Amino acid sequence: MFSKKDQLAGFLLVLPSMIAVGIFVYGFIAWSMRVSFSQWKGLTPDYTFVGLKNYLNLFSDPRFHVDVRNTVIFTLVFVIGSLLIGLTLAILLDQHLPGEAFFRALFLFPMAISFIVTGVVWRWMLNPAMGADRISGLNLLFEQMGLGFLVNQWHLTPTWGIAAVALAAIWQMSGYTMALYLGGLRSVPDELREAARVDGASELQIYRRIILPMLWPVTLSAVIILGHISLKVFDLIVAVAGKQLPLDVPAIYMWQTTFDGLFYGRGASIGILLLISVAVLIIPYLYYSLRSGSES
Amino acid sequence: MTTPASSRSQKRKFRFQGKYLLLIPLIFMSVFYLLPLYVMLSTGFKSFSEVNLQTMWNLPKGFSLDNYIAAYEKLAPHLKNSLIMVIPAALISSMVGSLNGFVLARWRFRGSNLVFPLLLFGMFIPYQSILIPLAVFMKNIGEVIPFLGAGTIPGLILVHVIYGIPITTLTFYGYYMTVPKELVEAARMDGAGMFGTYRHIFLPNSLPAFVVVIIWQFTSAWNDFLFAVILTGNQNWPVTVALQNMAGSQIIAWNVQMAGSFLAAIPTLIVYIFLGRYFLRGLMAGALKG
Repeated sequence: MFSKKDQLAGFLLVLPSMIAVGIFVYGFIAWSMRVSFSQWKGLTPDYTFVGLKNYLNLFSDPRFHVDVRNTVIFTLVFVIGSLLIGLTLAILLDQHLPGEAFFRALFLFPMAISFIVTGVVWRWMLNPAMGADRISGLNLLFEQMGLGFLVNQWHLTPTWGIAAVALAAIWQMSGYTMALYLGGLRSVPDELREAARVDGASELQIYRRIILPMLWPVTLSAVIILGHISLKVFDLIVAVAGKQLPLDVPAIYMWQTTFDGLFYGRGASIGILLLISVAVLIIPYLYYSLRSGSES
Repeated sequence: MTTPASSRSQKRKFRFQGKYLLLIPLIFMSVFYLLPLYVMLSTGFKSFSEVNLQTMWNLPKGFSLDNYIAAYEKLAPHLKNSLIMVIPAALISSMVGSLNGFVLARWRFRGSNLVFPLLLFGMFIPYQSILIPLAVFMKNIGEVIPFLGAGTIPGLILVHVIYGIPITTLTFYGYYMTVPKELVEAARMDGAGMFGTYRHIFLPNSLPAFVVVIIWQFTSAWNDFLFAVILTGNQNWPVTVALQNMAGSQIIAWNVQMAGSFLAAIPTLIVYIFLGRYFLRGLMAGALKG
């Protein structure tokens, strides 16, 4: 329908962006791969090819094992926590209660704040100091409310410490999940609920049998978005806990080994592994979203 | 024994009254969301003599700005850096996104369907996978064009604009898809070219999309830490890097950190409070079809 000349004009208008993304995304990924196959360690670039050596070393590196474990724990706690809280809040807000707009705004405001700010504040809320004269933060609050059994070491808890940081991430992102679910709930036609009510279904049954199954696509999107955020998590952990080894994640390891240790070869291979894990989630998602988008 | 009709009306009545009980969990959850905000604000307003970790949940006794003044003295230059970085980044990004979105949605060329997903993928990549080339590349650029290289604010702006292309293009794309094709065809019948069509039909009607994208880019560039910490030296640090550094040092007390956190959050919070509706739309664009 467009003439060749018009098409060329459109192409030329998008061309600068295509070049920029071509270089800064695809070109840099290829460049990173090349670094990851090299032995570059030190200030001067050294592209001597060493094959998969950096990757194989990572797979047998105890620190990387901790990173993978932390990422799995963080992802599970963060994604499941955000989904449950988000869905609950969305269902509650869907009941047309007074103050709905206020609650919605309140649950969403953390999204506007940077992970660094969240991290710095939560760092003091999660203060693990114990003992009557040193206790503070949430632990102090628990004590004062008579909930002393909840007092714990937060991010200093062995193995599970990373879950405390996930709590801060839930605080930040569960409102977003709520908004996604609320959008899904609002698209359920009222006639459907009314029809189920006429047939004698209870509110609980309506949610369980009719509405929740309709929310599957929303859940899928939310899992993918939250999942890819959690694979990349970096600022939040740095702000809550600094660069402590027990709370290490791949992004922090990549950062330290590259910019503090100058081991570019290893840093690049961590980056590429992160990219692969995100791509496994995102590429099918993009494919599915864009295909169903062009059909409608 | 009740008749079916009355039992049904009782059930409805019960449901109606029970509804307000649902406010209890909502209020309970509100406390969870408000706690960090409360501790930031209340600590900030305490005087230095009153600050104590063991009384961190107590309300301030008076009204003092000690902490905010101390934090502001430390952060002021970095707040300024953030502002002069974020505003151009948001404006340029929105312009680029608008032109791209227009072409990909309503002025398509052969192969443009392929370009779109390739651009979008850039939105999701973990930046760790491009960080090393980015750092090297920006350093090299700095040797040719000093004001744009690593360590400079324009360099950071450039990086935010480029990595913002996917999300800004997507937002405008979605918005322009709602402009009827017939309108474009009518304009072409009247002899309008590409720029004429954009300027007279698309641009005048895109204010809401511009607001969404500018807010989105403003917020994400303001909140960014990773690019800033790689690409700027301590002279040019935006506020996130300065705040993290402040929190990591042993010298600066926790109460000043709290006040500093609030200062760093103010600009995006203001945007959220006044333009929250648009902010939400930007968030939803990130979820593609949702």
